[in-house]
Amino acid sequence: MAPAIQAENLVKTFGDVRALDGVSLDVPEGTVLGLLGPNGAGKTTTVRVLTTLLRPDSGSAVVAGVDVLKHPNKVRSLIGLSGQYAAVDEYLTGRENLQMVGELYQMSVRDAKARALELLEWFNLTEAADRTAKTYSGGMRRRLDLAAALVVRPPVMFLDEPTTGLDPRNRLALWEVIETLVEQGTTLLLTTQYLEEADRLAHDIAVVDHGKVIARGTADQLKAQIGGERVEVVVHRRDQVSEALAALAPYAKGDPAVEKNTRRITVPVSGGAKVLADVIRELDTRSIEIDDIGLRRPTLDDVFLSLTGHATTAEDAENGGGAGGGTDAGRPGRDKQAVAAGKDA
Amino acid sequence: MTTVTEHAIGGAVPKQRHGVAATMHDSWVVAKRNLRRMTRIPEIVVFGLMQPVMFVLLFSFVMGGAIQIPGAEASSDTYTQFLMAGIFAQTVTFAVAGASAGIAEDMTKGLVDRFRSLPMARSAVLVGRTLADLVQTAFTLLVLALVAFGVGWRIHEGFLKALGAFGLLLLLGYAFSWIGALIGLSVRSPEAATSAGLIWLFPLTFISNAFVPISSMPGWLQPIAYWNPFSATVQACRDLFGNQVGPVDDVWPMQHATLVSVVWSLIIMAVFSWLSVRKYRSAVG
Repeated sequence: MAPAIQAENLVKTFGDVRALDGVSLDVPEGTVLGLLGPNGAGKTTTVRVLTTLLRPDSGSAVVAGVDVLKHPNKVRSLIGLSGQYAAVDEYLTGRENLQMVGELYQMSVRDAKARALELLEWFNLTEAADRTAKTYSGGMRRRLDLAAALVVRPPVMFLDEPTTGLDPRNRLALWEVIETLVEQGTTLLLTTQYLEEADRLAHDIAVVDHGKVIARGTADQLKAQIGGERVEVVVHRRDQVSEALAALAPYAKGDPAVEKNTRRITVPVSGGAKVLADVIRELDTRSIEIDDIGLRRPTLDDVFLSLTGHATTAEDAENGGGAGGGTDAGRPGRDKQAVAAGKDA
Repeated sequence: MTTVTEHAIGGAVPKQRHGVAATMHDSWVVAKRNLRRMTRIPEIVVFGLMQPVMFVLLFSFVMGGAIQIPGAEASSDTYTQFLMAGIFAQTVTFAVAGASAGIAEDMTKGLVDRFRSLPMARSAVLVGRTLADLVQTAFTLLVLALVAFGVGWRIHEGFLKALGAFGLLLLLGYAFSWIGALIGLSVRSPEAATSAGLIWLFPLTFISNAFVPISSMPGWLQPIAYWNPFSATVQACRDLFGNQVGPVDDVWPMQHATLVSVVWSLIIMAVFSWLSVRKYRSAVG
């Protein structure tokens, strides 16, 4: 199938910083590409080039069959963009915001009104429709922003860190919306700092660092490259460590690591939260007392450590210059996120 | 969140507008947005009113008795007649601050990215802003005229000419709001834009015929004051309101004040709208 988004060797420099250093990517129609990388990697810059907000120094890009550099206005009528910070007017109501966007997409006032109503309903904002966006919670604003990007049912969508700074409940709700869009055939380019998000939403992942795509593959391929998930158990009594090892053995997908002093056992597994539940049950049946247990998934830090040898705490160049005020909350920690796995789901 | 499946891709194809029609349509949509914002933040309108109203009261009651207008006795009432055109003109130029702060604010928010990613006319964000400011300025002028009437200001040349004077004032205000747009695009912080928008207006409006007769200024300053675009509009308004006290100064720009006022406004508008739109296109990088 023809790629709905195709970028060829994009280069963009800001002063001394090479924000994009030859980015090439393609997204087949109807699929989702996750652009994964730390702050300053070039994710946002790539999105800005593809959405006509920024002209690259060199390279070319085609979106929905239209050349981005030659016919930017044509591209604009075929794409939807939702950014890191909700791009809504906080002094307008939700309804007015959506209606304005509709009119600026050159819809008639009547169509824009009807579409606004539909979207408000879809995004559970009907009750808040006539309140100014200033009174909205972070999650509501983000939903309104995403709704604004959907006003014309664009065939190609760009979501720039759509869930950064959102709490787990709102993140999950947004994921569901995005999944619905993709089911309906939208081609999507999604940037994220969360491996989990890319894992859930993207068919294909491109890892970006220092303005370059440094790895490309499905979530499974990347995970295999950096090692899969592990269960970590801290046993309460030292004399139960060996019995715990025996209990874990059936779930192990590799050699377990044991730290005697800390009574910590780490076992590679596959199967996610279900395995964790099984392990807990098994340990319980054998009356093994535990201090702590968790499922450790490979995080973005792990991807980066293994692919580049440096951690994600890279420079923050990307968000520095432009429209300030980006949220930087909630990068998942390296440690077991998963005792809390139940909370997210 | 409810899942509604009929939101399928490939809905109504939006109609395509081109050229001037597209620009006008989009500018109007943006202007509507800015006018709505004004009703949501009435403080802006209220404070925009307080300053000129305060000037009317302070100047006419405090300073009026002390300022001698050639060809008339120094009196508070004479001065009020003289003063009002100046206050009106100063008020419309102060719209600069609103435009510069508003645009600077838009530029720092993500909203401008939304606008720039939409298939809309590039200049509409700026045109919409200046149009909304024009509406606000008209409202301020109306209230100010009522206050002025309260303190004894009168028109003597008929309603139509007075309307013409207000037309000149709005034209000047609209031209100046483009200067504000350029400042807002250049400064990029709403706070800085407010001060940067106001600071140069003080010399501009004071080195003019607005508050004192130019003939009372030092000789080297007089040509500057006479050719000040601001002075031309003030003089034209005095003529059209019938507020001229004594003879009009015998210099060309004062004798042809209406013409000079219109030409200045058009020049300012053309230059600064061109610069602003150019700056806007390249601004967000």
